[in-house]
Amino acid sequence: MNEPLTVNYVWLIPFLPLCGAFVNGTVGWWLQKRFGRRPNGAIANAAVWGAFLISVQLFLTLRGLPPEQRALVNHLYSWIPVGQLDVALSFTVDPLSAVMILVVTGVGGLIHLYSIGYMAHDKSVWRYFAYLNLFTFAMLVLVLADNLLLMFVGWEGVGLCSYLLIGFWYQDVEKAKAGMKAFIVNRVGDFAFLAGMLLILWGAAGYWDDAGRYTMTGGTLSVDFRWLASATTYLQGKEVLGVSLITLACILFFIGATGKSAQLPLYVWLPDAMAGPTPVSALIHAATMVTAGVYMVARLNFLFALSPAALTVVSGVGAATALFAATIGFAQRDIKKVLAYSTVSQLGFMFIGVGVGAFTAGIFHLMTHAFFKACLFLCAGSVIHAMSGEQDALKMGGLAKKMPFTFWTFLVSTLAIAGIPGLAGFFSKDEILWKAFDTANPVVAWWPYLVWGMGATAALGTAFYMFRLVYLTFAGECRADEETKHHIHESPWTMTLPLVALASLAAVAGWLGPPGVFNLPNTFEHWLEPVFGGAARHITSRESGHGAEWGLMGLSVALAVAGILAARAVYAKNGAEAARRLSGRFPLIHQFVFNKYYVDEIYAALVVRPFMGLTRVLGWIDAHIVDGIVNLVGKVTAVFAMIDGWIDLYIVDGMVNLTAWIVIAVGRKAKTVQTGRLQDYLYVMAGGAVLMLVVSYMVERVFGGGR
Amino acid sequence: MIEFVMNHLLSVMTFTPLVGIVLIYAIPGTGAKPNVVRGIATVVTGIPLVLGFVLWRGFDPAITGLQFEEHTVWIRTFNIEYFMAVDGISISMVLLTVLISFIACLASFGVEKSVRGFFAMFLLLETGMIGVFCALDFFLFYVFWELMLLPMYFLIGIWGGPRKEYAAIKFFLYTLFGSVLMLLAMIALYYNSRPTTLVDGTPAAHTFNFIKLMAENDFSGAGPILGIAFPKIIFAALFIGFSIKIPMFPFHTWLPDAHVEAPTPISVILAGILLKMGVYGILRVNFTILPEATVWAAPAIAVFGVINMVYGAFVCMAQKDLKKLIAYSSISHMGFCLLAMAAFTDQGISGCVLQMWNHGIISPMLFLIAGVIYDRAHHREIERFGGLAQSMPEYSALTGLAFMASLGLPGLAGFISEALCFLGAFPVFRALTIFSAIAVIITAAYYLWTMQRMFLGKLNEKYAEMKPVTWRERFTLYPLAVIIVILGFYPMPVLDLINPTLFWLVGTIRAAM
Repeated sequence: MNEPLTVNYVWLIPFLPLCGAFVNGTVGWWLQKRFGRRPNGAIANAAVWGAFLISVQLFLTLRGLPPEQRALVNHLYSWIPVGQLDVALSFTVDPLSAVMILVVTGVGGLIHLYSIGYMAHDKSVWRYFAYLNLFTFAMLVLVLADNLLLMFVGWEGVGLCSYLLIGFWYQDVEKAKAGMKAFIVNRVGDFAFLAGMLLILWGAAGYWDDAGRYTMTGGTLSVDFRWLASATTYLQGKEVLGVSLITLACILFFIGATGKSAQLPLYVWLPDAMAGPTPVSALIHAATMVTAGVYMVARLNFLFALSPAALTVVSGVGAATALFAATIGFAQRDIKKVLAYSTVSQLGFMFIGVGVGAFTAGIFHLMTHAFFKACLFLCAGSVIHAMSGEQDALKMGGLAKKMPFTFWTFLVSTLAIAGIPGLAGFFSKDEILWKAFDTANPVVAWWPYLVWGMGATAALGTAFYMFRLVYLTFAGECRADEETKHHIHESPWTMTLPLVALASLAAVAGWLGPPGVFNLPNTFEHWLEPVFGGAARHITSRESGHGAEWGLMGLSVALAVAGILAARAVYAKNGAEAARRLSGRFPLIHQFVFNKYYVDEIYAALVVRPFMGLTRVLGWIDAHIVDGIVNLVGKVTAVFAMIDGWIDLYIVDGMVNLTAWIVIAVGRKAKTVQTGRLQDYLYVMAGGAVLMLVVSYMVERVFGGGR
Repeated sequence: MIEFVMNHLLSVMTFTPLVGIVLIYAIPGTGAKPNVVRGIATVVTGIPLVLGFVLWRGFDPAITGLQFEEHTVWIRTFNIEYFMAVDGISISMVLLTVLISFIACLASFGVEKSVRGFFAMFLLLETGMIGVFCALDFFLFYVFWELMLLPMYFLIGIWGGPRKEYAAIKFFLYTLFGSVLMLLAMIALYYNSRPTTLVDGTPAAHTFNFIKLMAENDFSGAGPILGIAFPKIIFAALFIGFSIKIPMFPFHTWLPDAHVEAPTPISVILAGILLKMGVYGILRVNFTILPEATVWAAPAIAVFGVINMVYGAFVCMAQKDLKKLIAYSSISHMGFCLLAMAAFTDQGISGCVLQMWNHGIISPMLFLIAGVIYDRAHHREIERFGGLAQSMPEYSALTGLAFMASLGLPGLAGFISEALCFLGAFPVFRALTIFSAIAVIITAAYYLWTMQRMFLGKLNEKYAEMKPVTWRERFTLYPLAVIIVILGFYPMPVLDLINPTLFWLVGTIRAAM
């Protein structure tokens, strides 16, 4: 492999948002008080757009290089050099991270712009923009990181910002709790990430013998991704506890990904995360942070490609999540909750992609999803903004006329997510479904049919619940009260401009990666080829042929149209009434789905309550048993001391008194010694001195080491 | 003058606080002017801090041997020497001591009750602490070790909270129990050491010199005690003695009581420095002098470390008092050191000492934070607060930072040492390390839960009008916050200092395997 080129300004990309966060975080409150809310937004936007410009510049630089040389490294300094381990603070721009930084700074920039309008009435805008910039910083560290440890910095950093932003309106205890839930659930995932990291680093750096003793193979451990990729041959065939080391590590990494990217069984935090401001939901909980798990699996493609078992787990969990979350979307009334479950579902699609070894397709969907889902969330924000904070879709309706920009951009994005040909979502989702069908699974032969079937069903569901939302929100009569109705207005340009930009991207970005059968250049796949080319060798196609690809494509379009038509049939006229009628007809099913299959309740009963119980039990043991023993020892000693005191007083002291009495008696007899003559005293003194000399000499002999 | 100070840097650092005590009592009228006393104390804790900077710049980390050595015969009869020096094992702890002592001194300005007595005890404590980390003669080490005990007893017992007598006695007796074990082990080592020479060349039958105990003795000829091989039983005695100070499960229950009752600056010292002496003692004495026994005991040390980590974290969740929670979190975090040191890997030992340093920065900040709220609300019960972020935004931000640092958020200091501990321990104790990492989840849970109960949600009207953080409090909190952030991204200042000697140390242990 070629030595990557060195570029010394990549660090500026994360550094600019960090500066923005620092300025807003330290003097932002003063700026807001002194100059109003404008400077806060301006600083944050300048930071992100600056990072965007540098990202574009680096992207162009990268494009100017021959494909096999497309990696730019910026090594800043040795971060944790300890012994053979030498973890560097170092950033890499390769085709994959280039896509990510463009999405993060581009979509992120638009959302920063949108936030100016959306947060125009908030009393601590400075804090909002400080957090948002800090998030951008952490996300950029995550995608630019050159090694797992630095990636982990970004990984937990985005988690922190997510925590801070979900609980942005912390005065509401429910929102604060939602933030806490997000952080702790993510920590469970991070625990697995950490375990996977330990396993893979040491597995790649040495070996354990049969007795479990570890020997390192020598040399410096730079632990960056290039080193890890080159160490895979060394990892193959190794086993830990009877399981292939690569498989175990990959599954641990994937558990980490299920936390961050809200997959089964750790998805539960994401719907609650909607407590945060809506632009935050768009940026963090739809477009960027939640895709970090997908990015991580793609980044470690060289490992995952070697473990068919781990890939099977990834695609299976992805497909199950895609379908599961889509069904919950049917019954939600809160516009943001629908979009949240939709995000969980779409992330499932991305994992189907990377889980069948179609890393390009997964990242492609990650990108198109960032466009249309960010747009959908921002539209939702625009709607909520206009509806004076109302989020219940059943209380909306008829907004299409009053909010044309919002409506049309929402519609375009919805068509995109539903998979209507020509729009971005169609290309990326169809590519994933096709690869899921066409890629052979060496572990379970029928797996492709299962994954494809679940994915296609989920796609049908997506079209249905998304258009249900469109009809409920924008069609028919407005069901809001007069007061709210009066206030409904289209949002200012800082909000509509990002909508238009994102909707345009959602419309056209798909053409970067058209399906193979179109016989058009697949720019996106070609671009990522240097990153995923090596892994692709381990993935085998089932050679289903062009006919099958056309057929499946037709089928998925048909499913999308069917979903849309079904939604239209039910909700087009008087949608709220239809929704109530449906829930009235199937009350049990509706309750079950509306309450999200009671997963939160199950977790509370099976995990949270036993955990809290255990902490109380251990707390009690500590206070009453461990410390109780200490106090008991103290008390027993005190009792002994009392007994000892009694013995001392009556027996030992009695002896002393007896002795004293004898001494006094002897003294009376001996007082004749006191003669009053000087010579007698001198004799006694001399005798005493001799005695002391003898004693000190003996002390020296005994203790002084015989000198 | 400058030459004298440079030649006796460690002694000057150690005994400057004693001069302060003399000044406090010698200058007339200080009894009525507490500010004069505070001023004197600040200056005499400031001098070791400045000298500590000199020490840091003058220390050559590439040398694994001793530096800034001062070595003369002290009590010839018993071959006791006055032997002070620093190496890579101790220098980070000396620097930590002078820094935290200075900050604790600033935090002591709030003490109103018999100010002279308080600062006299405080300064005596500082002398003992610096001395422990510099002494390389076992007897001298023991003298300094015991010297700390007395002022600590009075500082808790006189200036403490409602149950101060109980806490002080418990602290005193528990630590004394450890000291007695250490004393017995010390005497046993002394009488079983080989004949050698003192620093002035005179022959000596036995020695207390740590370096000679290490280099010239292996204690293989010493007879067993109670049927157990000599090095093993001595190791056990020393280990229990030191582990009380860490404190290690099940010898830890004195710590929460001592912390809850101690005044804020004393909690700062206790968590920041005193707990480190246990781990330092194990590295200095057990590791260097008894390497074979260390290898023998390693699995047990690791298991106790993991118990500390996970059990401590669980018990944290159950605490209602903020200070008690932080005290148990210290127990949990010191467990990392035990687990990591037992692996005898470069990353492990480095992570162990870096964790000591980082915990020595983070936990004082946490106790200062607990002090800030106690000064205002006069209680520390987590449940009785609520929504404090609205009335005390700056304080909340600082607390958030300290909590995040303590729960090991990457980008802050604690993460690097915790990661190094895991990285170092994993190759040796695979399953145990993974199990211990559960602690990071629980730690996140108890800190965020505390955060939520105290600072978020609806504002408790009782605490709507709270005095903002004062400048004095800022002087104590911000330096620690800055260090936490810088070391998170650039830990080299500490790692550079400690690594060469620590690698040499694990090298000698591995040679004994």
